[in-house]
Amino acid sequence: MTRMAATRDGYGDALLALADNKKVVVLEADLGKSTKSLHFRKLHPERTVSCGIGEQNMLLVAAGMASNGYIPFASTFAIFTERAFEQMRNGVARPNLPVHLCGSHGGVHTGTDGSSAQSIEDLAIYRTLPNVVVMHPCDDVSTKALTMQLPDLGKPSYMRTARNKTPVLYDEKENSIKIGKGIVLTEGNDVAIIACGVLVHESLAAAETLRAEGINATVVDMHTIKPLDTDLIDKLAKQCGALVTAEDHSVIGGLGGAVSEFVVSSRPVPMEKIGVQDRFGESAGADEMLEMMGLKSHHICEAAKAAIARKV
Amino acid sequence: MAAMSISEIEEMARKCRIEICKMTHRAQAGHPGGSLSEIDILCALYGHRLRVNPSEPKWEDRDRFILSKGHASPGMYAILAEMGFITHDDLKSYRVKGGVCQGHVDSKWCPGVDFSAGSLGMGLSFGMGCAVAARLDGSNRNAYVMVGDGEIQEGSIWEAAMAAAHHELGNLKLFVDCNGIQNDDFCEAQMRMFDIPAKWNSFGWAVKIIDGHDIPSIVEAIDWLDTITNKPAVVIAQTIKGKGVSFMENNPAFHGAAPNDEQLAQALSELGVQV
Repeated sequence: MTRMAATRDGYGDALLALADNKKVVVLEADLGKSTKSLHFRKLHPERTVSCGIGEQNMLLVAAGMASNGYIPFASTFAIFTERAFEQMRNGVARPNLPVHLCGSHGGVHTGTDGSSAQSIEDLAIYRTLPNVVVMHPCDDVSTKALTMQLPDLGKPSYMRTARNKTPVLYDEKENSIKIGKGIVLTEGNDVAIIACGVLVHESLAAAETLRAEGINATVVDMHTIKPLDTDLIDKLAKQCGALVTAEDHSVIGGLGGAVSEFVVSSRPVPMEKIGVQDRFGESAGADEMLEMMGLKSHHICEAAKAAIARKV
Repeated sequence: MAAMSISEIEEMARKCRIEICKMTHRAQAGHPGGSLSEIDILCALYGHRLRVNPSEPKWEDRDRFILSKGHASPGMYAILAEMGFITHDDLKSYRVKGGVCQGHVDSKWCPGVDFSAGSLGMGLSFGMGCAVAARLDGSNRNAYVMVGDGEIQEGSIWEAAMAAAHHELGNLKLFVDCNGIQNDDFCEAQMRMFDIPAKWNSFGWAVKIIDGHDIPSIVEAIDWLDTITNKPAVVIAQTIKGKGVSFMENNPAFHGAAPNDEQLAQALSELGVQV
């Protein structure tokens, strides 16, 4: 039976594992129970700064601490990080301070809280900032592995985690996970599906369906959206000649945007983008939301066939 | 560095005012008004109290000074030149391509600048981060922050005010440069702020009100800040925008406008420069 876990739990585990480094500090904006920084707080209250419900202040307190040699990990819901965007831009990214921002409960997969809570633009906005590394892992193991690498990054980062549980892919494979390196999960030469976060699992299911129909798909977990693993994308564009991107995020500016920006100026191939089609969500269960927004495995299968059909 | 006398600080402020006028004139841009209102406080802080080392600007245990109203950078550059962090020749690089004196103070470009400012309402939060870090380090270094009165219209200032008091940051010290003028007009016309000292008091801060151009009063306030150790403290400085240059004083037009040739000559004359 596949183990199920939420990526936010991987984040919480990583903070605990990093606590031996006395420069690691945690900042909260009244959502530590949700983002899972609470485990760190319980054991290390002296290195945890409560900023109340004040995200703008939190980002810059983190920046001030980083400028004094600390390695701050600040977290809140993905949507609430966005109200501190200018602080992230001018106070963190511009002076290149190693502040690590985690936005949990990202995407429509967040579900019943409704459209106000479903950040579908976070990856896009942080990707526009110079110096900022942007990640969206798909399971707790990779979330932990990526978070553990952040103290050595020496620059700011944004990581989106998700609220709900998904299948765990990387038990005992954590050493294979590196910031900036996409992971090939299945290989096929007809089409490459490049996915992140929750949609990695939908993409794997899609590849299985496609295989039964005689279509062989490569599936990549592109957990790092910036810097993008362009070597891998170029290789796949050449090998498969058709690409699909899949993300629980707007089709504007996220993984699909990043891949298409690269491909159009390197090796243009037919490409389809699975993502939220420039609209807001609503209250529904996680799976119902994926269906409503066209993010399920059968949508990915259709997109794969459409991309393949457009091959010259 | 030994503390300077009152008269030495006053003379340094006069020299800085001259540089502020020259810098903005040379660039034909920038913010002379708010630089002239803040400069007596900056001179008193650097001359009397701030533990910094111009030959080692990144000294880890230095006091931090965060100019949150980063558009008033000519004042900051003038004092940094006086203290020896940069040269007086560097002041000619204000707003010039590749220059250490960027339009808004920037730690990447200018030695002695601890905070890259520009957007209002950010410096107090950054200063709070410095204060929390100093406490974690077990250091007695302080974080001094300066904001403008118009700047406290930014909501994030009050997020920081509440958080700093909650965390009892006795090593966080704030100056509010109350010159009464913001970009478009007098603060009274743009956004009335009512009882500013009462606001800080109600947020849990120790509050002192002074004449922000009287060096003995500023020095006394800086000493008073040292006595507050269990909560953040704020000095509300009543100032005059454009102080020291008659036609700029209390004149909204000189928030963000440079003097022309004729105006520069008059300003320098008023500041005691022999032509």
